[in-house]
Amino acid sequence: MTSELIVFLVLSLAAVAAAFGMVSSRNAVYSALFLVLNFVTVAIFYLLLGAPFIAMSQITVYAGAIMVLFLFVIMLLGAEALAPTNVLPWQRPLAFSLAVVLLIESAYLLISRAQTNALISAPDITVNSMDNLRDMAMTLFHQFLLPFEVTSILLLVAMVGAIVLTKREKAGQK
Amino acid sequence: MDWTIWVEWIVKGFVLCLILLTGFAYLTLYERRALARMQVRVGPNRAGYQGLLQPIADAVKLIFKEELTPTKVYKVVFLLAPVLTVVPSLILAAVIPLGTSFNFFGREITLYIANLNVGVLYLTSIASIAVYGITLAGWSSNNKYAMLGGIRASAQMISYELSLGLCFAIAIVMGNSMNLVDIVNAQTGMWFVVIQPVGALIFLIVTLAEVNRAPFDMPEAEQELTAGFHAEYSGMKFALFFMAEYQKMIVISMIAATLFFGGYREFWFLKDTIFSVDRYWFLAPIYLLLKVVVLLFFMIWVRATWPRIRYDRLMAFGWKVLLPLSLATVFITAAGILLAQELNNQLYIYSIPVLSIVSAMVAVGLIYRSLRRKSDGRI
Repeated sequence: MTSELIVFLVLSLAAVAAAFGMVSSRNAVYSALFLVLNFVTVAIFYLLLGAPFIAMSQITVYAGAIMVLFLFVIMLLGAEALAPTNVLPWQRPLAFSLAVVLLIESAYLLISRAQTNALISAPDITVNSMDNLRDMAMTLFHQFLLPFEVTSILLLVAMVGAIVLTKREKAGQK
Repeated sequence: MDWTIWVEWIVKGFVLCLILLTGFAYLTLYERRALARMQVRVGPNRAGYQGLLQPIADAVKLIFKEELTPTKVYKVVFLLAPVLTVVPSLILAAVIPLGTSFNFFGREITLYIANLNVGVLYLTSIASIAVYGITLAGWSSNNKYAMLGGIRASAQMISYELSLGLCFAIAIVMGNSMNLVDIVNAQTGMWFVVIQPVGALIFLIVTLAEVNRAPFDMPEAEQELTAGFHAEYSGMKFALFFMAEYQKMIVISMIAATLFFGGYREFWFLKDTIFSVDRYWFLAPIYLLLKVVVLLFFMIWVRATWPRIRYDRLMAFGWKVLLPLSLATVFITAAGILLAQELNNQLYIYSIPVLSIVSAMVAVGLIYRSLRRKSDGRI
């Protein structure tokens, strides 16, 4: 248990540091890289919780595919260096005050929950077996088939829409 | 936890790294000799018997080369990029089974490091991380050529990753598992390449693009981009990129062998003879090595034979030909297996190779038509 605790503490430190680095970095490429680091640490959290499938999907989809596209766009636009002046001057104080509110809120919840002695336990691994891919696939493709298909059609529509919006008319070019 | 298991893991990891590093060194020699042979040259044969010491001479040369770091580069990322390229190519091999297991002083030693339930997903996730090294190398060099090379590399790798994932899906469906050991064991009766030849062919083509090998080596096209993403790298940093490319070739050949060519298993018709892996465990790594050597020869052969594909055609080929074709093969494979299961008739399995070859021929015919139409219209 102790080794798991050490891993958890180191990882959470890394995750928070990466998130902070992502927000505070002036260079968009560095921000993107910090975000990748954050995603990878979150994936290792999933591994610690006994959910290797979600961990690997997290790395493949978020750290791999999506962030590469982000980097790609940043590089193509040459938008890596942020302008030194603040575009919106009221943005920073507002963000700080909202962050403070969030911090107080979560601290309050943490303390109040700790007093009621209600421990939050991890979901039962044997019942909610993410390790067992077959069960998960059965649930996903039998019980939740309709939502799954609807989601995929939604994504397809979004993709087609993006292509239609960016594609110029052939006749207009001539 | 038992401390011996730690020792076992460390020794196994160390041995695997050694195998990959030695393999990289001798793959360079193998490629140069084979290329020379195909081009009616002699190739490196001076250092040692038949040039066997050439990799060591090259390594010494690279170590003593001056290492330049240009002033305008983004330093941290510039240093990080080669590392990010090499590490994925090494750790990819961790889930590939090299054999069954043997008895070492009463202890069962398995010939793989990790037997993951989600082995195939592990491969896709590490492969998707591998894109970063090259992209970042191109960006951090602060050089237009390097940047173009990096962007080309990332676009190409993302595009071909889709078909790669679908090829993995074919193997998963046929092996009925995401575990690579299970997939290999499912091929005892018949290699998957026999049931799904088109899937294996797509996999081989896509892996060429994933490791940026000719004819898909646009990211480092010498004639247009000097050296592409590694134009600014010299000395050992360049050697790391070089190493990563060749290690990726080895690892991806191992993956191809595992998914479609029976992994460490013998030929399916030898399964009850004395050549079987079940009889002698030490045959397994030898079989895998032979398969990897043959697949590597295929890669070298392709490089010696085919010219580079134009970049827009490369992307069109990936998106308009390979992706629909691999989708079709996934569908055909799944449908064939389902029919065989539901109707309890194994003959339906044989509809898979027939239908997929038909769909591949349709694809080739469509490419031929569109190419002919284009040349009619323009010139």
